[in-house]
Amino acid sequence: MLHLVLFLIFGAICIAGAVNLLVQRHPINSALSLIVVMGSLAVEYLLLGAEFVAAVQVIIYAGAIMVLFVFVIMLLNAGEEELTSGSRIALLLGIPGMLVSSVLVAWVLLAHSGTEAVPAGALPGPPKIIGWLLFHDFLLPFEVTSVLILIAIMGAVVLASPAESVQQSKKEG
Amino acid sequence: MVPLSYYLVLSGILFACGVTGFLIRRNIITIFMSIELMLNGVNLSFVAFAAHWHALSGQVFVFFVMVVAAAEAAVGLAIIIAVYRTRETLNVDRVNLLKL
Repeated sequence: MLHLVLFLIFGAICIAGAVNLLVQRHPINSALSLIVVMGSLAVEYLLLGAEFVAAVQVIIYAGAIMVLFVFVIMLLNAGEEELTSGSRIALLLGIPGMLVSSVLVAWVLLAHSGTEAVPAGALPGPPKIIGWLLFHDFLLPFEVTSVLILIAIMGAVVLASPAESVQQSKKEG
Repeated sequence: MVPLSYYLVLSGILFACGVTGFLIRRNIITIFMSIELMLNGVNLSFVAFAAHWHALSGQVFVFFVMVVAAAEAAVGLAIIIAVYRTRETLNVDRVNLLKL
């Protein structure tokens, strides 16, 4: 019972944050509401017994990625977004589309899936077991993602550096 | 005890919000945040199914999704900075030419 109440409270916070992300016109407000969504999702992961995922969610998503977002918003001095004719068409099509797809998904899931409950904490996700899985069963994907991260770092440095400095380093190198 | 379908409905609603944000917003940074919202919705269903089927590999998959999201955020934000440097705008409607 307590789990259901906690799930409903944090699910409501989650959806409120997601809707606020759509409604706000200033990107910094959207970023802050995305942090609310991620924080309440971490609580949902804890309710499912996934401690490691909850911790990583807070550290990587709410910590690293969102700091990057806020930093870029402040660096580019992003203001309120302007309305164009394209955005009005998108509003007219997008909001009914979201409502229809949400209701459809909710109806299908609630009507056609059993009422089997997920027992809270039945499957503990301690870092020890996750780490064992990561370095035995998923060793190859793990190594591939490390290469991906390396490429992403280099790509970010090349893309974000001014064009003149790239040309200069080509001449020097 | 929370039914599995509740978690899936929550993740579906988050995904739908992400898709809508992707469609209706014109600010390139907000569009990018909507993509992160979609990834979060998918992550929730991964963890819910992992708990439902007693398979921890779902949680490892979430870890990989987060790593890919981090790499994507780094490269995507660098692209946004590069676009802003050449166009001086963040509105995707104004970024409609391949060549300046």
